Amino acid sequence: MKPFKEGDWTDSIDVRDFIQKNYTPYSGDDQFLVGMSSKTEAVWKVSKALIETEIEKGIIDIETKVFSGISNFDPGYIDKENETIVGFQTDAPLKRIMNPYGGFRMLEASLEAYGYTIDSDMADDFKAYRKTHNQGVFDAYTPDMKAARSVGLLTGLPDAYGRGRIIGDYRRIALYGTDRLIQEKKNDLQSMASLPANEVNIRKREEISMQIEALKEITAMASTYGDDIRKPAATAKEAVQFFYYGYLAAIKENNGAAMSLGRNTAFLDIYIERDLQAGLITEIEAQELIDQLVIKLRMVRHLRTPDYNTLFAGDPTWVTESIGGMGLDGRTLVTKTAFRFLHTLINLDPAPEPNMTVLWSAQLPMNFKRFCAKMSIETGALQYENDDLMRPIYGDDYGIACCVSPMRIGKDMQFFGARANLAKALLYSLNGGRDEYMRNKDGSTIEVLSGIAPLENHGTSDQNNAAALDFDTVYDRFKLVMTKLAELYVNTMNTIHFMHDKYAYEKGQMALHDSEVHRYMAFGIAGLSIVADSLSAIKYGVVTPVRDADDITVDFNIEGAFPMYGNDDDRVDEIAADVVRFFSAELKKHEAYRSAEQTLSVLTITSNVVYGKKTGATPDGRGKGEPFAPGANPMHGRDQMGALASLNSVAKIPFENVCQDGISNTFSIVPTALGRNENDRLTNLAGLLDGYFAKKAFHLNVNVLSRTLLMDAMENPSKYPTLTIRVSGYAVHFNRLTRDQKEEVIMRTFHERV
Amino acid sequence: MRTGKLHSIETMGLVDGPGIRTVFFLQGCPLRCAYCHNPDSQTFHGAKEITPDEVVAMAMRYETYYRATGGGVTFSGGEPLMQGEFLIEALRKLKEKGVTTCVDTSGYGQTTYYEEIFKYTDHILLDIKHVDNEAHEVLTGRDMTGIKTFLSALKSFKGRLIIRHVMVPGLTDNDEAMNKLLSLIEPLKKKIDKIEILPYHKAGIEKYSQLNLTYTLDTVPAMSADRAMAFEKALNERLLALKSMEIAKTA
Repeated sequence: MKPFKEGDWTDSIDVRDFIQKNYTPYSGDDQFLVGMSSKTEAVWKVSKALIETEIEKGIIDIETKVFSGISNFDPGYIDKENETIVGFQTDAPLKRIMNPYGGFRMLEASLEAYGYTIDSDMADDFKAYRKTHNQGVFDAYTPDMKAARSVGLLTGLPDAYGRGRIIGDYRRIALYGTDRLIQEKKNDLQSMASLPANEVNIRKREEISMQIEALKEITAMASTYGDDIRKPAATAKEAVQFFYYGYLAAIKENNGAAMSLGRNTAFLDIYIERDLQAGLITEIEAQELIDQLVIKLRMVRHLRTPDYNTLFAGDPTWVTESIGGMGLDGRTLVTKTAFRFLHTLINLDPAPEPNMTVLWSAQLPMNFKRFCAKMSIETGALQYENDDLMRPIYGDDYGIACCVSPMRIGKDMQFFGARANLAKALLYSLNGGRDEYMRNKDGSTIEVLSGIAPLENHGTSDQNNAAALDFDTVYDRFKLVMTKLAELYVNTMNTIHFMHDKYAYEKGQMALHDSEVHRYMAFGIAGLSIVADSLSAIKYGVVTPVRDADDITVDFNIEGAFPMYGNDDDRVDEIAADVVRFFSAELKKHEAYRSAEQTLSVLTITSNVVYGKKTGATPDGRGKGEPFAPGANPMHGRDQMGALASLNSVAKIPFENVCQDGISNTFSIVPTALGRNENDRLTNLAGLLDGYFAKKAFHLNVNVLSRTLLMDAMENPSKYPTLTIRVSGYAVHFNRLTRDQKEEVIMRTFHERV
Repeated sequence: MRTGKLHSIETMGLVDGPGIRTVFFLQGCPLRCAYCHNPDSQTFHGAKEITPDEVVAMAMRYETYYRATGGGVTFSGGEPLMQGEFLIEALRKLKEKGVTTCVDTSGYGQTTYYEEIFKYTDHILLDIKHVDNEAHEVLTGRDMTGIKTFLSALKSFKGRLIIRHVMVPGLTDNDEAMNKLLSLIEPLKKKIDKIEILPYHKAGIEKYSQLNLTYTLDTVPAMSADRAMAFEKALNERLLALKSMEIAKTA
């Protein structure tokens, strides 16, 4: 067989160099694609049936005798004869893992919710001898951190479960084999031998030793399936399988919210292309490898509480795969395997996972652009992110973790940090730092942020003497709130990640990173469109607060028209951009744990519904408890100028150095509005993405479906077993959403023309 | 500067001419089509004003979308030809910026401006309402004098044409009407890219009750999309045949 072209990658760990030296860009169309092999058909039939049973029942099984770990479980199969790619998290498909290291209470609550019990000796022993991340965090939390958390000013903090959002470079196992990877780690350790034994170096040495241990465990785990991964993969089948063992180790060891896959299609294509050229495999077998890999990725599960599933609707795992993009040398990174990967949505029906993320560039081959548009229209399962914005910052071997978080594969990791509720923060600036929604048990108000003076003469419980809000006063006060919030937020995150490293270190995933890793600390905000519209209402309209006896705002009288975010109106869009610039700059002022670089995202998952529930009425006219718009989307029904005006507004939110952890935008269009025939629809959708990303926008979820269809699906779920929709940075089986979430999705703006 | 009367703006027009187009719906229409789905755009009173420079400034915000798809700006309505002076200035200024232009019309406008409008227009979407004089008047309130004048003026138009027709069950869903339609547009065949038969639908009805207007087609069912498609296909095939006969003649 043809040997690979050598380069830097032969001397040091450098997967990118291997790809650049050996891959074959593809600019052709989708005509070469084939259907499922008979083996895939057999495996998918039983897998699909099991997945559908799970959607009905909520859960298939839990492994209650063993805790999480890379090599703690016996091998599992679903149809051993026909499985080309093997490996489940436990010894059976969809059987979930107990991971106690993030937090034991979370584990117990999950077991209880599904009617399972853990062996009492196991529980007692664990609690007696092992401290968890969650315990560590709460030992070190300050009262104001706890308060911000409990009122929902800071939400979704990873303080009770795995933080996730780390992408191991799983390709390294296929390319180098674990013997070589272990040797490199040993060399790294050796090179540190003469460094002073300070906190930084001691921790690093301990971590590298743990990583070496993890590589041995991954090797042992693979050998239970009969594979020797100590040596590099020799064939396409081995490459896909070895690569998958790397990922499998990660999801056996960790239960992070988002356990993403990286950017692998060009890498795998090198092996597939080589075997095809050598006549070792046919196109059907090539597709079979990818189909069977994707079946496995669709069966990744984590044990969650039902509460968690309400927050992150639909049991998502964010097995995000980044596809396409351009190379720094101008060649496209689209290969035939990029097509094969997307084509699984046809062979295996549409599904939310893996979370297919197309890295869009103006320079992508037209055939690929049109193929993506076709897949979006037919399956609704794709999201798009702007490679032309990210490539200058991250190079051409980065991937997306979770929904929108870019990082260089094997070189960057991030400390995930959920979101601050900025709509609530705005209300704090009107309420002297006190929460507008929650009260102490004795009925008194809760002061969450101290040192925020009450607004004088701006609305009163005596409506006759109510005064309208003054923009400059409110905005200054809001900036003060954001300043204090940023400091609290950074301190909270530092506490969480210190403890996570200490009690739930991801040794398997970090073993597949360079030992010298760059860290991001990824903050987030929710409620941006509400903040922008509220400030616009105060500035351009007349807004008078209605206050209760404790002088807390309960409602707002709004008079006069004001520009609303989502109409490409700079007067309000600039407010949104200014708010994120200010908050991002404030976050960067505070030292982050392990010298991490602070970034910010505008992303809400579907928790925009939950955030809304915990937030009082806002000055934009949104009522108490009503949902937020998802991510950076304008509020439902406020965009009056059609979809592109709405997209242009979102495109003004700055990415580089400000919201560099991603800006999420979800877009729904009725199929017939996209064009009168298929050709027009493909041209228009591809052109829409080209036009949007040329405006320096960051991300777009594309749903091509009608509201009528969703309403029917809500009433008749059995008619739509595989209906997949994009919600906010990920896709979900519509049937797995709660009624509230379904209603909110249906309420969103659908772009259509009568 | 002459201002236009504006009904609304749709920034994502995907079925209003080639590519992605910003559609300016101008206010006011001389016709009263029984099925009009924007009855609120018929009156000439009470509209927002917009200047040609504002049109251009807004269009430039969407230039990246035009470039990606060969799109541009479309003036629709209402009836854009009723605001000739404004339309000419807006079209001219868009052309100066390299934006392609399209006018979506029923062919009832201020005739004196037609020649000048054509100079700055790349595409015309011409909606022919009916093919019989009396039935045209019943359906729209006007007989066919206006559309015939416009069809004749189009002889000097240098751009491309798309012919549209809304097919209402019981009105024109028959071969005879389609023959008449084809003979009406036959003289312009070289400029016509395609004929679109839009099936009548009832999605606009609720606006009528909101505006206290009577909806006279209440009892007429929606047109089957498949039947409309079949008429459209047959018509376009015949148009193509006419075009190739012409080429054969000249060759």
